[in-house]
Amino acid sequence: MKWEVVIGLEVHVQLNTVSKIFSGASTAFGAEPNTQASLVELALPGVLPVLNKAVVEKAIRLGLALDATINQKNVFARKNYFYPDLPKGYQISQMELPIVEHGKLNILVGDEEKSIRVTRAHMEEDAGKSLHEDFHGMTGIDLNRAGTPLLEVVSEPDMRSAEEAVAYAKALHTLVTWLGICDGNMQEGSFRVDANVSVRPFGQAEFGTRREVKNLNSFRFLEQAIKYETQWQIETIEDGGKVQQATVLFDPDSGETRMMRSKEDAHDYRYFPDPDLLPVRISDEQIARVRSEMPELPAQMKARFVDAFGVTPYDAAVLTGSRALATYFEAVATASGQGKLAANWLGGDVAARLNREGKDIAELPIDAERLSGLLVRIADGTLSNKLAKQVFDAMWDSGLSADVIIERDGLKQVSDVGAIEKMVEEVLAANPKAVEEFRAGKEKALNALAGQVMKASKGKANPAQVQEILKQKLA
Amino acid sequence: MSLSHQDVARIARLSRIAVTDAEIDAVNRQLNSILGLIEQMQAVNTDGIEPMAHPQDVSLRLREDVVTEPNRREACQAVAPQVEKGLFLVPKVIE
Amino acid sequence: MIHATLKQLSQQLADKQVSAVELATEYLQRIDALNPQLNAFITVDRDKTLLEAAAADARRAAGSAGLLTGAPIAHKDIFCQQGWKTSCGSKMLDNFISPYDAHVIEQCQAAGLVTLGRANMDEFAMGSSNENSYYGAVKNPWDLAAIPGGSSGGSAAAVAARLAPVATATDTGGSIRQPASHCGVTGIKPTYGVVSRFGMVAYASSLDQGGVMAQTAEDCALMLNVIAGFDERDSTSLERAKEDYSRELSQPLAGLRVGLPREYFADGLAADVGRIIDNAVSELKKLGAEVVDISLPNTQLSIPAYYVIAPAEASANLSRFDGVRYGHRASEYKDLVDMYEKSRAEGFGSEVKRRIMVGTYVLSHGYYDAYYIKAQKIRRLIADDFKAAFAGCDVILGPVAPTAAFNLGEKSGDPVQMYLSDIYTLSVNLAGLPAMSVPAGFSDNGRPVGLQIIGNYFSEAKMLNVAHQFQQVTDWHSKAPAL
Repeated sequence: MKWEVVIGLEVHVQLNTVSKIFSGASTAFGAEPNTQASLVELALPGVLPVLNKAVVEKAIRLGLALDATINQKNVFARKNYFYPDLPKGYQISQMELPIVEHGKLNILVGDEEKSIRVTRAHMEEDAGKSLHEDFHGMTGIDLNRAGTPLLEVVSEPDMRSAEEAVAYAKALHTLVTWLGICDGNMQEGSFRVDANVSVRPFGQAEFGTRREVKNLNSFRFLEQAIKYETQWQIETIEDGGKVQQATVLFDPDSGETRMMRSKEDAHDYRYFPDPDLLPVRISDEQIARVRSEMPELPAQMKARFVDAFGVTPYDAAVLTGSRALATYFEAVATASGQGKLAANWLGGDVAARLNREGKDIAELPIDAERLSGLLVRIADGTLSNKLAKQVFDAMWDSGLSADVIIERDGLKQVSDVGAIEKMVEEVLAANPKAVEEFRAGKEKALNALAGQVMKASKGKANPAQVQEILKQKLA
Repeated sequence: MSLSHQDVARIARLSRIAVTDAEIDAVNRQLNSILGLIEQMQAVNTDGIEPMAHPQDVSLRLREDVVTEPNRREACQAVAPQVEKGLFLVPKVIE
Repeated sequence: MIHATLKQLSQQLADKQVSAVELATEYLQRIDALNPQLNAFITVDRDKTLLEAAAADARRAAGSAGLLTGAPIAHKDIFCQQGWKTSCGSKMLDNFISPYDAHVIEQCQAAGLVTLGRANMDEFAMGSSNENSYYGAVKNPWDLAAIPGGSSGGSAAAVAARLAPVATATDTGGSIRQPASHCGVTGIKPTYGVVSRFGMVAYASSLDQGGVMAQTAEDCALMLNVIAGFDERDSTSLERAKEDYSRELSQPLAGLRVGLPREYFADGLAADVGRIIDNAVSELKKLGAEVVDISLPNTQLSIPAYYVIAPAEASANLSRFDGVRYGHRASEYKDLVDMYEKSRAEGFGSEVKRRIMVGTYVLSHGYYDAYYIKAQKIRRLIADDFKAAFAGCDVILGPVAPTAAFNLGEKSGDPVQMYLSDIYTLSVNLAGLPAMSVPAGFSDNGRPVGLQIIGNYFSEAKMLNVAHQFQQVTDWHSKAPAL
């Protein structure tokens, strides 16, 4: 039987505010345990939550970027469960009236664009951390992370492969960092993914029973976990078993998922509106202001890059993979007038060197102006590709402009016809055998001769001109 | 609506309150009599009435995103049952 | 001196007839002498009190004293106070020394009021008799066999017995008015949102409201001037201009329309209490008030609605007491869940556990709409009843409780009987309105009975005016028990 996998994602996006969602405690990462847990995070008797305005505005930002409905009245609710890293015994979240609903996010699968529906995004507080290192067989609780603002972004079960799920997660990751609402640091837990996975026979309309894989903190784990879970579910059914609704954890070491709790011991969260917080009301003016402060979105920029700079949709998608890259590309393409060349360089040599050095586009030592200077010299024939790479490496290490390096190292391509003719004549005279062979119909001999000319010019001769002049002389 | 011992055990568990076998009869009886009182609500028709969560129909006030809370770990942990290296200790949490 | 009102004490302090230290010493002596039989205080700390008093005297000497600087006060043990045990009447918090001050405490400290001690109360403010305190029941100073009322029974008993001239208190379903009535003192619960709940240990967040008790309405006004006002740390605190609650005290009552809700004078009201309220209304009529017959048809439903909403909110509010960061932790347990269950079973008393379980149940899956949403709809009906009533009257008068204080132990075995006695007070909290209890007479067995004054939203000054004018022509408020 052929099976189809159905995936929906719930992503916890940590918002990059300086203070917590309900108190003035710092959200800085990595502080000494419990030094950033204020009275509110410690849930001392009598303390009360006061909502951080930046959380609301960042949520509106995402809502607008997802082309979603912003609920101008939305309500906080208490989600009740006991856990030592949840100091109040309830999490303040949103249930019936979340701030954002009915959005969508487009992803690229192969060459196909696909729209994934976003059910909702709601504001909530993060929990603290349980440290399981040995404290005489006990667990240590650090509440520094408690109260860090989160947006939980829930998709519809619209994805049909692990690749689509990863594409969606990446697109959302790009978007939240692009919007400047999340630092995107997955290692520190700023972007955590839960995947709801089920399988069904191809063509069947109803969904199968889903299992939820919790807390995937890398795209690779997301892909591995979905693939493992899909296979496991198919095998379970094919072996005559039934998939039971459950929450599972992915173990990166074994590459497998394991059961955390079954539906039977699922929580009864007893949601109800938090009486300590009144309804959040958002005015039209506030939405308009947030909208006016938003950067151009990746989807819009992508379309513009194709139109304005003639790059392929694929390249445009890569270039809008981060706001820093897109901004850099646009600056280079505009300054040099060489959109395609800029796209090739950013996707090729620049990416390769960044990758080799383990650096991010933001850490690129060559600014847009310098790189466009290089591209201009390629376009006007001053530099061959080979020379250009040499100049690029020198620029990376020196901070000098392309022109200065070309001048200093005498790397200018030789395009002077007289000079090239002279070199060609010398090479032909020195290689009568190769000339013979060419005239006897051996085309390859021409390349050998051209190579000799290039060698004689120390690589500076314009290769196209060398070919052309050689052919003239041999004709 | 009348609760069984099983219901009471479930509620006690959700509430994280131990109810011993010796107590359960009395607890069950009292909860049932309170629920009997609460049942009186069902006699009233409340169709179309908007639930009232708050005495005042006002909107939530928001605070600016600034850090105002100092580190008060020492004072706060002075009243903690068990602390080590700045962490609150609890019996092993199994995930 | 011990019978002086706050107003009189502040005058004596201003005139330097007495110092704050002398005053505190005298009250502390009286507490030492009488608290063993009354049990009105959970914590008394002579050294701390005298330090505060000395600071108040220094402030006066430096010329920076306020109106009430140096006057003593008792605080209900529900307001977190730095350095003081804040137990909320519970074993759960028996070891909890608060690391911070509630807004109400901050305001009192800023005014220079001197803390005499921490008043006893029903555990987590749940109760109408003060029998639910881990520290034992408070006795009614008028009759040691009687309950003082609850949950602010310690505050009421302290003021009645003249162990303190004023006391802070809180009211979630009548917890200021009912003990004030039973102990013969004046108490006011302001409009929800007028007094910050920051630092007030939460019972039912959408109903809880801080207030005060004193001998007179005038003293209540002075105290409200101290504790009321906007606080940004409480999201439900209302941003309103600061007002002087004593500004209308001396206005005449001519033309005042007082509404008498039929439902408050129906079956269930004890004859002696009914007579006392009738007499009080007659006094007000003599002062020029006009009586209007009104109806609050959903009064009876306030009991089930309250006993859904309050336990539901409480069940979540009390989840933080888990033995992890503060409070009671069981000494023996098998694992984490066992630690939670034992710590909470040991730390909470039976009424608190009952309400947590009721709240858990009404919120649990499948019952939420039938109970919680239904109760909130009834809450709206009750608030609408008041809205309609206030279209035709300025204040509403009635009894606070169906009977005078009952005997200790009389209802403690039957929670539902206890709940039913809250019939005249719960609606006010559900609607969020301000209300008072003013001493109005004595029952057939010699126990105090209060008159309830319910005002429209933010009409505290008007209510205090009515109460003050009543106290100009009656002397119930100045009667003290023989102890």
